Amino acid sequence: MESLELLSFSPPGWGGNLLRGLLHSLQIALGAFGFGLLIGLFGAYGKLNGGPILRDVLSIYTTVVRAVPELVLILILYYVGTDIINQASSALGYGRVEINGVAAGIWGLGIVQGAYATEVLRGAILAVPSGQIESGRAFGMPPFMLMRRITIPAMLSFALPGLANLWLIATKDTALLAVVGFSELTLETRQAATATRSYFTFFLAAGALYLMVTLISGFIFKRLENHARRGQLDLKGSG
Amino acid sequence: MSGLKEWLLPHRIVMLLLAVALVVWCAMNLRWDWIPKYTPLAVEGIWRTIWLLVVSIFLGFMLAVPLGFAQAVGPWYLAAPAKTFCTIIRGTPLLLQIWLLYYGLGSIFPLFPEIRNSELWPYLRQAWPYAVLALTLSYAGYEGEVMRGAFRSVAKGQLETAKAFGMSRFTLFRRIWLPQAIRNVLPTLGGETILQLKATPLVATITIIDIYAVSSRVRQDTFIIYEPLLLLAVIYLMIAGMITLGFKWLENRGPQKRGSV
Repeated sequence: MESLELLSFSPPGWGGNLLRGLLHSLQIALGAFGFGLLIGLFGAYGKLNGGPILRDVLSIYTTVVRAVPELVLILILYYVGTDIINQASSALGYGRVEINGVAAGIWGLGIVQGAYATEVLRGAILAVPSGQIESGRAFGMPPFMLMRRITIPAMLSFALPGLANLWLIATKDTALLAVVGFSELTLETRQAATATRSYFTFFLAAGALYLMVTLISGFIFKRLENHARRGQLDLKGSG
Repeated sequence: MSGLKEWLLPHRIVMLLLAVALVVWCAMNLRWDWIPKYTPLAVEGIWRTIWLLVVSIFLGFMLAVPLGFAQAVGPWYLAAPAKTFCTIIRGTPLLLQIWLLYYGLGSIFPLFPEIRNSELWPYLRQAWPYAVLALTLSYAGYEGEVMRGAFRSVAKGQLETAKAFGMSRFTLFRRIWLPQAIRNVLPTLGGETILQLKATPLVATITIIDIYAVSSRVRQDTFIIYEPLLLLAVIYLMIAGMITLGFKWLENRGPQKRGSV
């Protein structure tokens, strides 16, 4: 009973802090996932249709990001980002700028997500039957319209399982920002646990929150996948 | 070696030269004078990172085999707990798991005199048993899921043939089922091993001095930001490269053609 009191929303309970942390985590995860998708879309098109130099640069990007720990990349990107912004602001005559934790998290995690998204989307675009893209071209669609109307809807059913995985990685990777000192769910939990010395209660509660996010996202992505797959033949049993 | 020809394309030569120029510029213009002082610590840190990686992968895989097997063909009362375990491990951040074990168990153990007086106590007061446990459980959770698919992927005919030869169930598992299951997922296991390498720096948060912690120490002592981080990234790239090469070697060792009866 005592542990339930600790989780209540009004002080002395810490439930409100945990929920605030969860909200921050979800904010960063959503932003990073979206930013990563954007990079991934450009990256995938670049890898498929770009010139030899662009393709090599992109494969260096995906290889390096996938081999170096996220924690290290986040730190490097955090310092690089702050340096760039501060230099830009002093060049424009403003003073030092304090970087918002959410923005820094989205920037760092987004670039990591972008590398994985590039690979997922590249595979999905390759899986679209080339006849569909060719007929779009034959109808005289300009490239951007072709992408919006044909390629993206057709590849979505192939990309969604990978993207679901990426989203789960994004939600869990937000915990890494705790190490950098940003107060998302994991760090809020640790602060609450250290203050009350009931470690198990809080870490288990946070684990339950993360698990809930995972399970709900899994359900949503399954619905989305069914929606993207509508009209396609069921491949089960035909192989 | 067709690989060499690919490297000698004109634009690649230019890019290589640019990369070399970049490395030379970094070596000349950035501060590296801290390296000699921290080399012994760094070697120890690399050793600790690799040790943690190897131990947790070995123990984690030992756990993953029964977890995957129970999910693939086990009865429901074994499959359900195995599936729950994998879902929980894969659904929560590793950092949270590490902190739960280190701070949670670490705060409960001293309350029991039996544990405090046991011979294990000197070890339980250190951080590394918790790090090994957390990393092992995490690897087991992810690989349990991989092995579930792996056990299912082995062709039925293979198992039936083995049965027809009169192999006992254990021999069949050891000689036929497990080796083929592992071979089928070797590429996945290679990728997962690199993910595990990328998870090891999290143990620095519970006071273990791995190579990541060494670089943080350099940053705090000398206020040099980029150089230790860049060197750290290069070290991880090299370890990841070695893991990739190792798994390529393993993949090429086995027979290339697989029976698919």
